[in-house]
Amino acid sequence: MADKIKVGFLLLGGCAGCEMSVVDLSEKLVDALEHIEIVFWAPTVADVKYNDLESMEDKTIDVAFIDGMVRLDEHIHMAKVMRKKAKTLIAFGVCAALGGTAGLGSLHTKEDLFQKAFKNTPTTDNPDGIYPQPSCLVDGKYDLTLPAYEDKVRTLNQIVDVDYYIGGCPPHHSHVGAAIGALVSGQLPAKGSWITNGKAVCDVCTRNPAKQGGNLARTMVDKVLRTVDGTPDADTCLLQQGYICFGPITQGDCGGSCLNVNIPCRGCGGPIPGNEDYGAQALSTIGSILKDDTVTAQLMEKYPNLAKFFYRYALPSGTLPKRM
Amino acid sequence: MGTVINIAPITRIEGHAKIAIHLDDQGNVRDTFLHIQSLRGFEKFVEGRPAEEIPRIVTRICGICPWMHHLAANKAVDAAFGVTPPPAGHLLREICQLFAHITDKILHFFFLAAPDFILGPDADYSVRNVMGIVKAEPELAARVVKMRQLGQMMLERLAGKAIHPVAGVVGGFSRPMLEAERQELLRDAETLLDFSCYALDFAKDTVFTRYKDVISELGAITTGFLGTVDRDDGSLRLYDGRQRLMKADSSCIDFEGDRYADHIGEHVEPWSYGKMPYAKSWQEGFSLDPAAPAGIYRSNTLARINVCEKISTPKAQAELEEFRGVFGRPAQQTLLYHYTRLIELIYVCERAVELLQREDVTDTRIRAAAEPRAGRGVGIVEAPRGTLIHDYTTDSNGCITKANLIVGTTHNIGPMNMSVRRAATSLIKGGVYDAGLLNKVEMAVRAYDP
Ligand code: SF4
Ligand code: SF4
Ligand code: SF4
Repeated sequence: MADKIKVGFLLLGGCAGCEMSVVDLSEKLVDALEHIEIVFWAPTVADVKYNDLESMEDKTIDVAFIDGMVRLDEHIHMAKVMRKKAKTLIAFGVCAALGGTAGLGSLHTKEDLFQKAFKNTPTTDNPDGIYPQPSCLVDGKYDLTLPAYEDKVRTLNQIVDVDYYIGGCPPHHSHVGAAIGALVSGQLPAKGSWITNGKAVCDVCTRNPAKQGGNLARTMVDKVLRTVDGTPDADTCLLQQGYICFGPITQGDCGGSCLNVNIPCRGCGGPIPGNEDYGAQALSTIGSILKDDTVTAQLMEKYPNLAKFFYRYALPSGTLPKRM
Repeated sequence: MGTVINIAPITRIEGHAKIAIHLDDQGNVRDTFLHIQSLRGFEKFVEGRPAEEIPRIVTRICGICPWMHHLAANKAVDAAFGVTPPPAGHLLREICQLFAHITDKILHFFFLAAPDFILGPDADYSVRNVMGIVKAEPELAARVVKMRQLGQMMLERLAGKAIHPVAGVVGGFSRPMLEAERQELLRDAETLLDFSCYALDFAKDTVFTRYKDVISELGAITTGFLGTVDRDDGSLRLYDGRQRLMKADSSCIDFEGDRYADHIGEHVEPWSYGKMPYAKSWQEGFSLDPAAPAGIYRSNTLARINVCEKISTPKAQAELEEFRGVFGRPAQQTLLYHYTRLIELIYVCERAVELLQREDVTDTRIRAAAEPRAGRGVGIVEAPRGTLIHDYTTDSNGCITKANLIVGTTHNIGPMNMSVRRAATSLIKGGVYDAGLLNKVEMAVRAYDP
């Protein structure tokens, strides 16, 4: 038998949901252990520590998956370590690829975030106004350290070279399965690309007017609704009903999971290949199918702070002005 | 200055943390610190968002129990908008919560914690994980993997997305359950119930008896407890109920969720990104000294099992009685978290079967009309790792102006610090330690929080 492919998983500033998607492969993952050997999976699943990874020889890991965004100096350090140890590096999930939900934190200063978390919530009890510190001396004898908090959230490719991107928050387990299958069989696309089926969410959505004999692009949207406004019809296109849906600009490797339960897409799949800036693309695509200025005004009123709306998962990767 | 032993990162847990063990010149433990290393700023950046979007944003706080954040946020926004979901809306949400508890408990016990017990705390660290169990105990592993997958797929069938769900909506749930689905889910829930009884028997036979000494000593501390109980009969509740704060002497105060800020404070330390909740209403201040803790209570399974009067389902109730007969109430030994986790696994399976037997779960009235408005709402559910509190204030456009979140795990940050100190102090003497020993220190954390 050929040597097993050595795989590593490293979680940076994410929620581990991406890794749970790997666990969701279940029996398929157990079967895949015939072909792959997981040599590192921290902190979530295995006990090999950071210093063990540091002392591995360079390029000993064939494929490394990194999930989560970059916010702490420790994330930067570990991303660089993993880059050295891995032949192929995958930005796994929308946090690593584009910044993810927590990337919205970049719209606020570090001081704002700290003030909120450590001073201004009703239950916080902090009379001395203490903030977490990269290093501090406690009781005059304990030198304690914490990873330093960077000013902004960054995507993985803003720190190290990334070979492939996988979208989704998390990537759907069937998509993860397909990606691992491609790895094992060596059928990967050109370096630097997204691993995707190449379809938009609209392409996989059963509500697509094109599939129902209409034409999505030509039917202008004549009102904007929030999801709290009434109950959407369960069969027709949500966007056409006025419920803003990011299906047209989002990779559909999830199979339209949200649409299947009558909920509009918010774009976690990432941009359709070719579109670098998700939020800018979303803004222009959605903007262009609103019927007139009144409808545009309605959008601004219904969704104040459009940056947080259109860049729900992609802010740190975007180029539009980011200050509120 | 003496030596510092760093365990970085703590592994097989949910989240980022490290342990620093400070030794004195004789190589004995002077003190230990459990540093939480994550802050993403949700409370700040959700400001300005339309409140009904919040339940699908805050899920990203935790990829292991996103359902809990989803549901607590839904309940909080219901309250802020003054809307009451129809009965089937609540039922569908609760069923999802039960499924999520099922898969979480299987993950926590078998995938994350069990390698310490099945392969042994001193087993080679490079195989001391779930892949190691697959090799060492393929049959057990196959069954466990299948059962967790079944639970996840039940969620996916019912709610579309199992991880980072979207199906809970303000005023209820986004789709009804069809009769055919109900029958299938009921059959699957019965399968899981069988498995849950097997799981506890297995653990009693092979883990709790074999590791009796470890369980009674490792990281043992004495604290109060926080959980949720039924408003009428004090039985264990996960989706809705009254909060109960119990002192170590077993005296209790009950309160409604929206009064949480009267009872709970959050202490800040410069050496952790995680705040440490404590019982403000006990008026004894805050101290992590294991010999004389002040304000310290624990949450999660052991806490819930301690604070409840009883469990409303028969098999779990029988297990509760047996457990109390041996360990008393409140039980304090930290590793009993695993035992109570498996009692709770039986309860959530029984409860899922009970709800899926009800005809009204397929009612198509699942969502009440809601209108954005200015208001405030507190939503609380019991997450696998503890009482989860979401508190939102909205403006007249129904957008968030203020948010306060107390996440299940955080209640236990103080207690985990104490347990680590206890474990390290008793295990490390005269500067002698090895990898297996340090893993035992981590086991004190894994009891609470894999
Ligand atoms: S992409 Fe989503 S699931 Fe993955 S780490 Fe980020 S928030 Fe979690
Ligand atoms: S816009 Fe949304 S609802 Fe409409 S077809 Fe695309 S994905 Fe489906
Ligand atoms: S429908 Fe959109 S938001 Fe939902 S999972 Fe798919 S890509 Fe993500």
